[in-house]
Amino acid sequence: MASPVEQFKLKSLVPFELGGVDLSYTTSSLWMTITIVCVTAFLTLSMRGGRLVPGRWQSMAEMSYEFIANMIRENVGAEGRKYFPFIFTLFMFILVGNLVGMIPFAYTFTSQIIVTFAMAATIFIGVTVIGLVRHGLHFFSLFVPSGTPLILAPLLIPIEVISYFVRPVSLSVRLFANMMAGHTMMKVFGGFTVLLGVLGVAPIILLVALTGFEIMVAVLQAYVFTVLTCLYLNDAIHLH
Amino acid sequence: MPDEKEEKPVKIEELDERIRSMRRDVSNNSVHKTKGELPPSLAGIAARAGVELVAGVAVGAGVGYGLDLWLNSSPWMLIVCFILGAAAGMMNVYRAVNGMGMSVGFGNTRGKTDLEREE
Repeated sequence: MASPVEQFKLKSLVPFELGGVDLSYTTSSLWMTITIVCVTAFLTLSMRGGRLVPGRWQSMAEMSYEFIANMIRENVGAEGRKYFPFIFTLFMFILVGNLVGMIPFAYTFTSQIIVTFAMAATIFIGVTVIGLVRHGLHFFSLFVPSGTPLILAPLLIPIEVISYFVRPVSLSVRLFANMMAGHTMMKVFGGFTVLLGVLGVAPIILLVALTGFEIMVAVLQAYVFTVLTCLYLNDAIHLH
Repeated sequence: MPDEKEEKPVKIEELDERIRSMRRDVSNNSVHKTKGELPPSLAGIAARAGVELVAGVAVGAGVGYGLDLWLNSSPWMLIVCFILGAAAGMMNVYRAVNGMGMSVGFGNTRGKTDLEREE
């Protein structure tokens, strides 16, 4: 029987190597492409009519737009507007990637730490650069909480610096761990069903519940990732 | 009721004023959130908290190990940074639960309007 973690194995579909670096087009890349095609098709096709009174598809597209617009307005404020394209793209990419991964035999690229870490590191570096450009050296006042007694500063500043560098790690690990754990668990329960034969009805019932739960996690994690991006952006734009 | 007619224009003006102030708010993009309101998703916060603790310790230990390799001070930086990392992790969880975002610094990122920020 297949191991529950075998689903995460990468297969290289189009082998390609450049300067000793393996740049093959893998299953992960394939599903990223599918995700991007899905998002693009969803947004362009549903908005093609552009009616004043939206139909089902158009209102779904508008709802996702408004959801992110409100999220940015609430967490970042007016200055966050110009980062809307990036945050919206990020949200749709993660959300659709998670959901597409729920299709049987699909590959969930968000269950790979390198994918989530690449996104988190981009956000981390981008946000730091935005903060430095906007505030110059004053940006480093972020590491000194207002009202810190001078005696505590040698203790608090290292803690704050570490807590700043924790950001990309926790951001990426959260998404990756949730997706990987969920998919492994589903595979394990699927294995139980096969092993138990007739009694396998019990794990199937659990599996149905678990699938629903996984879909919730998929949406929730996309939301959490995006909200945290907004919060980090807010920190860089409005220093406390 | 005799004074209702006199009151009516006042009410319309009030309404105008309210509409205008709301429009101003929208154009300022400020937030309409009552203080002390629960953050939108408790499940979201729960999902954030657990990882934060582990990540704090892991990053602290990693930084400490790196510094030890660099400064040849094994194991002192590892021990110090491990503890600092654990503290950072706990502080992040505390902030997440208090609705202060996952932020460095003590500001409240939720429910704060742009006007308040400028003050």
